[in-house]
Amino acid sequence: MIHFDQVTFTYPTTPAPVLRDISAHIAEGELALLVGATGSGKTTLLRAINGLVPHFSGGHLAGSVTIDGRRTQDYPPRELADLVGFVPQDPMSGFVTDLVEDELAYAMESLGVDQQTMRRRVEETLDLLGLSDLRNRALRTLSGGQQQRVAIGAVLTAHPKVLVLDEPTSALDPGAAEEVLAALHRLVHDLGVTVVLAEHRLERVVQYADSILLLKDGQLSIASPSTAMADSPIAPPVIHLGRLAGWSPLPISIRDARRCAGPLRSALIDQRPRLHAVPESSPAIATVTDLDVGYGRTPVLSDISLQFNAGEIIALMGRNGAGKSTLLRSLIGLQTPERGTVRLDLAVEGASHSADPSQLNSRELLHQVGLVPQEPSDLFDAQDVAHECRNSDRDAGCAPGTTRALLALMAPSIIDSTHPRDLSDGQQMLLALCIIVAAKPPLLLLDEPTRGLDYPTKAKLVDILRGLAETGHCVVMATHDVELVAELATRVVILGDTEVVADGSTVDVVTGSPMFAPQVAKILAPQPWLTVGQVHDALARSHKLEDL
Amino acid sequence: MTSRMRPRWLHPMAWWAWALCLAAAATRVTNPLLLLLLIAAAAIVVGARKPDAPWGKSFEFFLILGGLIIGIRVVFQVIFGASTGNTVLITLPGISLPTWMSGLRLGGPITLESLLGAFYDGLRLATIAIVIGAANSLASPGKLLKAMPAALYELGVSVVVALSFIPQLITDFVRIRDMRRLRGRNDRGIRGYVSLAIPVLAGALDRSINLAASMDSRGYGRVSNQSASSRRLVVGLLMASIVLVMVGLYGLFTTAAHPVLGLPVVIMGLVAGGASLWRGSRERVRTVYRPDPWLLPEYLVIGSGLAVLGIFLWAEFRVGANINLWEQLHPSLDAWPTLPLWGIAAFLIALTPAMASPRPPSNSSSTRNTNEVEAVSA
Repeated sequence: MIHFDQVTFTYPTTPAPVLRDISAHIAEGELALLVGATGSGKTTLLRAINGLVPHFSGGHLAGSVTIDGRRTQDYPPRELADLVGFVPQDPMSGFVTDLVEDELAYAMESLGVDQQTMRRRVEETLDLLGLSDLRNRALRTLSGGQQQRVAIGAVLTAHPKVLVLDEPTSALDPGAAEEVLAALHRLVHDLGVTVVLAEHRLERVVQYADSILLLKDGQLSIASPSTAMADSPIAPPVIHLGRLAGWSPLPISIRDARRCAGPLRSALIDQRPRLHAVPESSPAIATVTDLDVGYGRTPVLSDISLQFNAGEIIALMGRNGAGKSTLLRSLIGLQTPERGTVRLDLAVEGASHSADPSQLNSRELLHQVGLVPQEPSDLFDAQDVAHECRNSDRDAGCAPGTTRALLALMAPSIIDSTHPRDLSDGQQMLLALCIIVAAKPPLLLLDEPTRGLDYPTKAKLVDILRGLAETGHCVVMATHDVELVAELATRVVILGDTEVVADGSTVDVVTGSPMFAPQVAKILAPQPWLTVGQVHDALARSHKLEDL
Repeated sequence: MTSRMRPRWLHPMAWWAWALCLAAAATRVTNPLLLLLLIAAAAIVVGARKPDAPWGKSFEFFLILGGLIIGIRVVFQVIFGASTGNTVLITLPGISLPTWMSGLRLGGPITLESLLGAFYDGLRLATIAIVIGAANSLASPGKLLKAMPAALYELGVSVVVALSFIPQLITDFVRIRDMRRLRGRNDRGIRGYVSLAIPVLAGALDRSINLAASMDSRGYGRVSNQSASSRRLVVGLLMASIVLVMVGLYGLFTTAAHPVLGLPVVIMGLVAGGASLWRGSRERVRTVYRPDPWLLPEYLVIGSGLAVLGIFLWAEFRVGANINLWEQLHPSLDAWPTLPLWGIAAFLIALTPAMASPRPPSNSSSTRNTNEVEAVSA
């Protein structure tokens, strides 16, 4: 169905090719998962399938990409629209109309499909993706998962044989991600659509894939999931656990892994995971009391009381729109509460007193609390990384070079002369983190820090944040990433329906929850293990590693 | 009648035509009572028929805009306007400007008459803005786009996309200004705005590139094997039409030109434009999904607008025969304005759409949170 023949692609602005001599074939009805580090050219490869590369992007493409007999050289994207459906990373930015139903019909209108067929296909697609309740809704009022399903439906109505998706679940909570993946699964099984999708969170998708496309240094290799995962450094926890326990064949899904896990569970029966303990007496850094926040008449947070202590790493979880970002904004004084208070405990010259963050001037605030926003690029305004770091030193009033040194530590590969917006998602996040950390705020807030981050960058982030917590910072992160939470958080707060639904240590809150449990916890339930690292340490301690 | 009508979108052209008629009527008068009645009619219809969608909420914004327009007009009158009438309310310290700037004035005596005149004038502008705002909230620009002739579709898309970017720019601006605070910046004034402009514009550029890519990959701009010669014909006719209309209008409004240069040339230009549109539309592959039908409610709505405009024009036309009408259209500034009977009739007719149009489809927004999985409590 999709045929790459010796494809080499070079962007006009960079001398080195992004894709080198790629030859591959994806068969009809296959679900292919594209894997690779951030900035490895995944999006470029996906866009080459529907001709956006090179027709839209510019640059030079050698070799040929053929989709169902049509070479992309001869057909611009609009002439391939009936064959390839392309769903971009941010669905909202690709919507053309205002209403769900109009958006579903848009591609068909462009293709000149007749009235009756359009009516029929729109109805079918509404049913297929579970959107029929939303048909008259304005697109802007939908939740993230609903938007993503509309974006998929909007290309499906053209009846493409190939569906290409760029990180379809990266912005979604675990529940919404499952809705989207279930819809894709159905398309592949019932309609025989060929699907190619790129995704960093392998733990969510790898069990659905028929083949893995691994993109590394511009080279592409194809393998079946179990072979690809056997030695890939990029792998979800279930694979790492399988390798540790020596399971063969390597299980890909939770269900298969549970069936192999009997011996491992009995080996661990008398063990308990070692946890990062937070000292009992650690001082409070921020206190939220009886907080109510609303937008207009809609309540977003009601009756929230929480205390944030030094040394803690707190994960805020809950579905899209549960109020996580609003709580972070309240903590930094950007959101005026309707009721209740937010107090930051300041330690100034030994004596401690507390203050409302919205009353502090921005220079004082900078040294008390910092927020890494969901779109890190919102923080940037300089023309290159070096200037950005210099501005940061000046803002924070620290010695020149502080931010640059931090950045060199966190992300050594970043070059001074790069424009901040040209950095990859992960690099942008790390740069924003350095800018915020340079002022040494005791309270550090992060909004969805792992969106679009690959596993190595994520591991680095875990180390950095853990280091900050050990030196007395309090880290609060709003996230959908259950594996990150399992790895890093000491405490989990779940928000639901504007209130705090659960608040407790990570183990207590996430194990047993079908939505928020990490893979290891699901495999080894009812035992309270969260990460492969914990299991490894426990086995090493009891000298059972060799037995497995 | 209302209860038996199935909810559907009224044809957007009907809403816009109705509103433009009301706006045109507003330009003919300065009587504040008539203008307030037009605003009231627009507000009542919006209240009865606005959809539960984001653009449905825009009417309030236009009401505020109307208030601003009146305010600015009155303030300008106080500062710069020449005073008429002799009921001096207050005398501001003034500067007398040199004679070559006669007609302009700074400060000086402020009279009740001049303030009232400015208020009437501002109210007229505000009415036009508010009535257009009513159309905007009853039928979104995106809906209007669907009713465009295919040949004008590309042009329409660029206008609508540009319009939808303005609210987005405002949200971006607020968000990024918040982020500046997080970096400890306090900069205000021109420098602050300039440093904000770069990230806001960069974000907007990114988004428009994304939108363009998405539209391209969904078949936007597909042309069914249109030959080069036919494309040249369409463009040629369009250019000829523009030139002819310009020349014709020039001929119409200047006395010096030859009479043949007037109306006949305009008509020729319009014919050429129509031919270009017709020819261009025939070449397009585009179809329209569920085009809004043009039925009795559409005729009633557009008819109500035309009737209101007709009444106002009739009153203006009859001024020569009935001198009272002039007072009703443009009341003098030293007496309380009167509300003529025909004004009330026009108001009632303008209200027709509140009853005669179908309700917009309901939004079922209450299902938003209930059909998602409840977060799991530990």
